[in-house]
Amino acid sequence: MRPIGLNLLRSRKMGTQEMIVFLIFVALFAGFSVFLPGFLNANNIALLLQAVSVLGILSVAMGVIVIGGAIDLSIVALMAMSVAWTLQLINGGMPVPAALAIGLASVALVGLINGFLVAYVEIPPLFSTLATAGCIYGFGRFVLISQDTVYLPTNLGVIEELGKGRVFGVPMPVIVFAVIAAVVGLLLKYTKFGRFTYAAGDNRAAARITGVPVRPLIVAQFVLSAFIAFIAGLVQATAINSMNTRITDSLLVYEIILVVVLGGIGLSGGKGGIRNVVVGTLLIGTFLNGMTIMDIQFTTQNAIKGLILLTAIVIDQIVNPRDEQTSQQGDI
Amino acid sequence: MKTTAYPKRTGARRFSARPLLAAGLLGLASLAYSGAAQAIDIEGIPDPTIEPYVAAMKGKTIGYVPFSMSYDLSQGWYAGMKIQAEELGYEIVVRDPNWNTDVGVQAMEQLINSKPDIIVLQNPDLQSYAKLLKRGTEAGINFISVNIASAYPTYYIGEVWQLNGVKEAEYIVEKCGEGTGRSGKVAIIQGILTSAASATQIRGVTEVLSKHPEIQVVSNQSANWDAGKANEITKTVLQQHPDLCGVIGFWDGMDIGAGSAVKEAGLQDQVFVVSSGGGNKEAACDRLEDGTYSAYFSYDVREQAQDINSLIRIFLQNPPAPDAPKFTLPTRGRFLTKDNIGPGSCWTMDDFK
Repeated sequence: MRPIGLNLLRSRKMGTQEMIVFLIFVALFAGFSVFLPGFLNANNIALLLQAVSVLGILSVAMGVIVIGGAIDLSIVALMAMSVAWTLQLINGGMPVPAALAIGLASVALVGLINGFLVAYVEIPPLFSTLATAGCIYGFGRFVLISQDTVYLPTNLGVIEELGKGRVFGVPMPVIVFAVIAAVVGLLLKYTKFGRFTYAAGDNRAAARITGVPVRPLIVAQFVLSAFIAFIAGLVQATAINSMNTRITDSLLVYEIILVVVLGGIGLSGGKGGIRNVVVGTLLIGTFLNGMTIMDIQFTTQNAIKGLILLTAIVIDQIVNPRDEQTSQQGDI
Repeated sequence: MKTTAYPKRTGARRFSARPLLAAGLLGLASLAYSGAAQAIDIEGIPDPTIEPYVAAMKGKTIGYVPFSMSYDLSQGWYAGMKIQAEELGYEIVVRDPNWNTDVGVQAMEQLINSKPDIIVLQNPDLQSYAKLLKRGTEAGINFISVNIASAYPTYYIGEVWQLNGVKEAEYIVEKCGEGTGRSGKVAIIQGILTSAASATQIRGVTEVLSKHPEIQVVSNQSANWDAGKANEITKTVLQQHPDLCGVIGFWDGMDIGAGSAVKEAGLQDQVFVVSSGGGNKEAACDRLEDGTYSAYFSYDVREQAQDINSLIRIFLQNPPAPDAPKFTLPTRGRFLTKDNIGPGSCWTMDDFK
C-alpha cells in the first residue's frame, strides 16, 4: 500500500510537483509582498525577473536535454568560453558579424561533439559532458583567451541591447528569456522534434524500435542547447559589460539543474515541459530577490539553495522513480 | 648568408654566384686585416661593480607561482620579471595552479624540491602554503610573497588590504558623509568572505565607517568575486534605496558588475562607486572614463613588478640566511578619479615590452 500523500503526488492531471512548486512560489511571493517593504512593486518585479533571466534561458536549454533523457554539465563552460572568445576577437579588431559567426560555429561544433559522444559513443552524458566541460574551459583558457575576464567591446551596437535595453519598461533579458521559452516550448509541443524528444527521453530503446531516429535527435538537442547557451552568454556579458570565464567554476550549473528539477522536469527524462522551467525560475528568482533585500549573506543563500535542491531531488525521486527497465549504469 | 642560400634556389646561377662569394670573402678578410692594423687599446680601469653583479645573476633560478596566470596582476608581474631575467641571464620557472589551491600546493612542493634560489609566489590564503614555506625557508630558499601574505612570515611585496579598505571608505565618507547633503546610504560588496584580501579590507572599511554615524550601511554582502552577482545585488539595493549614495567594492573584476548596474540605472552622477585593483587600463582607467567607477584605488602592478625585481637582484647577490628577519614593502597605491588620470596612470601589457 502506498501512503496516501504519495498517491496524491502521483495523481497527476498536470505535473503535481509543478503544482507544489507553483504554490510555494505563490506563498513565498505573497509572504515577501506583505513582510518585505519594497518587494511588491513593478520595478522590483522587473528586477527580480531580470536577475534570473540568464539562469532561466540556460534552464530552458538544460530542460530540452533533460527531457531528452540526458544532462549537460558543459553548458556553463560553453556559454562562458564561446562568448569570451567572441568578445576577444572583436576587441582584437575583428568585425562584429564575423566574430559572432565564429562564436556560433564554435558552439555548434561543441554541441555536435557532445551529442556525438552521448548518442553514438554512448557514454553516459553525466561523464561525457563533465569531460567536455573541462576540455572547453582548458582549451579556451590556454588557446583562445588571454585573461579570465574579457571586457565588452565598445562597438557592439545593437547587440548591447540584449543585456541593457528595455522595451516598454521591461528589461531586455526578460524578453529574451520569454521569447526563447516560448519558441522552445512550441518546438517541444507541436513539432516532430519535440514529440520524439519526449518519446526518446521516456524510453530510448522503445522509441528506437518504433522508428524514432534517436541518435540524430540527441545530437540535435545538444546543438540546440549550445545555441541557446551562446545567446544566454551574450545577454550576461552585455548586462555586466564583461564575461568572466571563471563562472565555469561557480555553482551556476547546479542552479540550472535546480531550476529544472524544482520545476518538475524529472531527471529520468520524458516528463515535464518549458512551463516547469518558468515556474522553477520564478521560484528561484523570488527567493534570491527576497534574500538580497533581507541582506542575507551569499554563503547562507547557497546553503538554503542547496537544501532546496536536495528536497526537490527527493521529491523527484518519489514522484518519478527510476524505471528498472530502461535505467542504465551511470544514469541519473 | 644570402650567398649560401642563393645557389640552392636556382641551380643555373650557381656558377655565377661563386665569384661573388669569393669576392665577398676577400673583402671581409681585408676588412679584418685593416682592423687589426688600427686596433684600439683598452684604456681605463674595470668597473668593480659589474663582474660580481653579473656573476651573481648568471644561471640562477627563480620560481614563480601566482594563484593563476590568467589575470592582469599575475601577467603584469611576470612580464616585468621576465624583462629583467632576460637582461641578467637567470631563469624563471612558472607554475600555474589556475585558482586551484591543491594544484598550487603540489606545484610549490615540487618547486621547493628542485631548490631554486628564490620563489616569488602569491598565497591563495593565509594557511595553505604555510607549512611548505617553513620547509622551504629552512632549506635555504627565500620566498617573496606578493599581494597575499602567509601565516608563515616571508618577505612581502604588495597591497596592504586593510589600508585599501580605509582609503575607499574615506572616499565614500567624503562624498556621502556629514555636510554633503547626501543620504549617507552605502552598500558594501565583499569578495569571498574567507579570503584574506576581503576579510582585511572589510576591517579597514568598517574601522572608518564606525566613526561616522551619519553613514548607513544598507547592504553588506559577498558577491563571491563575481561580477554577475555584484550586478544583481547592486540592482536590488538600488531598487530598495533609490537614494543610495555609495558603493564600496573590493576588486575591479567583480565591481564592474556593480558599476554597470549603477550606470544602467543612469545614476552614475548620484551614486559613487569606488573600486580597487592592479590598475590595468581596461579594468581601471577605461572604467573611470566611461563612468562605471567614480574612484579607483590602484596598487600599481608596474610598481610591484619593480619591487619584485629589486628584491630578486638583492637576494641573488646577498642571499639572506633562513632566520633573517623578514620585511614588508607595501605598494604605495594611487587613488585615481576621472579628473586625475592621464596617459600614464594605468598600464597595459605593452608597457612591459
